[in-house]
Amino acid sequence: MSETAPVIDQDSVPSPAIEVRALCKRYGEYEAVRDIDITVRRGEVFGLLGPNGAGKTTTVEILEGYRARTSGEVSVLGHDPADRSIELRRQIGIVLQSGGVYGHITPREALAHWASFYPHPREVEEVLALAGLQEKADVRSRKLSGGQLRRLDFALALVGDPELIFLDEPTTGFDPAARHAAWETVRRLRALGKTILLTTHYLDEAQTLADRVAIVKDGRVLAIGPPRELGVGAAHYRVAYRDSSGELVERETDDPTALLHELTEAALARGERLEELSVGRPTLEDVYLELTADA
Amino acid sequence: MPSALSGANPVALSWRQYRLERRMFWRNPSAAFFNFLLPLLFLAGGGIILGGNQNDLNKLVPAIAGMSVMSTTFTALSYNIVFLRERGVLKRIRGTPLPTISYFSGVAANAVTNTALQIAIVVLAGRVFFGIGWPQQWGELIVFVLVGVVCFAALGVAFAHVIPNFESTAAYVNAVFLPVVFVSFFVFDSSSAPGFLRTIAEALPLTPLIEGLYAAMVTGSTLASHIDELVVIALWGVFGLYFAVRGFSWEQTRT
Repeated sequence: MSETAPVIDQDSVPSPAIEVRALCKRYGEYEAVRDIDITVRRGEVFGLLGPNGAGKTTTVEILEGYRARTSGEVSVLGHDPADRSIELRRQIGIVLQSGGVYGHITPREALAHWASFYPHPREVEEVLALAGLQEKADVRSRKLSGGQLRRLDFALALVGDPELIFLDEPTTGFDPAARHAAWETVRRLRALGKTILLTTHYLDEAQTLADRVAIVKDGRVLAIGPPRELGVGAAHYRVAYRDSSGELVERETDDPTALLHELTEAALARGERLEELSVGRPTLEDVYLELTADA
Repeated sequence: MPSALSGANPVALSWRQYRLERRMFWRNPSAAFFNFLLPLLFLAGGGIILGGNQNDLNKLVPAIAGMSVMSTTFTALSYNIVFLRERGVLKRIRGTPLPTISYFSGVAANAVTNTALQIAIVVLAGRVFFGIGWPQQWGELIVFVLVGVVCFAALGVAFAHVIPNFESTAAYVNAVFLPVVFVSFFVFDSSSAPGFLRTIAEALPLTPLIEGLYAAMVTGSTLASHIDELVVIALWGVFGLYFAVRGFSWEQTRT
């Protein structure tokens, strides 16, 4: 079903950060992930976009080493995450969908402790600033708000200075200001050359942050590509005009060039104009809704 | 910051984890209360009830010492593991390069420290307030406390697997802790306990532990004459360790 069979580039391109081939995960009878193929290049922000229960978290947790896969091949920074090697965990940072923290220590103490796990950690102060936690650095974590705890999640994932960062629905439950702050953090990480795998069910988040997006539903990748190009081939262009009787006509096509030619030729032959002629390019939202619609 | 040791040495990481656990322990008033005030309250209460009967006091102090070993390890670890698991802290730690062995060494050392502090308090109280003197056999005392710690710590971790969510932890833990403590105290104290109750209590790890502590602290009968007790505790320890490792879950229970 995946129309975008990944091409493995043998040239001088550096090896991808993540390669997933024919990944399947079954829980008893239930197939959470069915034959997913994904390649995440180094330095890109890759979005897994899909409704709840699409298999996004299962996929990410297999890549993080939390779950065993049923079948398929997975490589994360050249490691099989199922081996749970410490070497791999030194190079990745994980922001879980919901992760608890010790309530009786402060963000500064937690970060100093976490930093000691890694061979080349970032400065605690720098990470506090990056996550916007300076003012709460010495407050016990149990007294932090939900948004501040989420920033601490980010900070703990970044303190080891990871190459690859997993963000599982990083802004769910955020107010708009907090979302934009989180997006800014992601952009800064990207600017540092980090690779980011992000899951989200927010279209605008995927559109804003991701270099490429895979739309996932029912454990399958339905479409994959840069958000702006994703519509091409995956959804129809919409051509609309008002005919001579004043009625609005809408036509959908995969090939707007041919349709326009046909329509304009016919109109010219009749000596008519196509009033209010417009060609609509599908947005990511159109693609998403079309692909994830039931039945 | 000892950056030279950072991210590499599992021993250094165990030590850091241990220090963090200690800091968190002292900052949590309810944990400090349960660990230090509760045995003292039991000692004081028992002392008042038993009055000046030295024979009874001789039994009260080792019984409280045995209970202390169980509460600082079995109870404390069940609570902690369930809490950290359900809150998602364990899962987060699982995603870092912190070696599993370092994490558990730090957590276990924290529990052992609490046991040692509590035993010290009970021994001191026995000497100062209850007229039982210093322990007769220090070596025997240490052996029984150590084997007891390993046994009850392992059982605590194993028991955490059975507890489905944090809200029910108190119910689950007390459903085990209280009956075991009552049966063990009763059988240890009363020679007229029914035979079946005695059989049960002596097959459980707490009564043998209290017998061993009684020997070490009061009568002075040697370790060699209490190998049976030691074996029972050790067997429970092996059972506990097996299930502690086998059933361990780093993640929230899914419903």
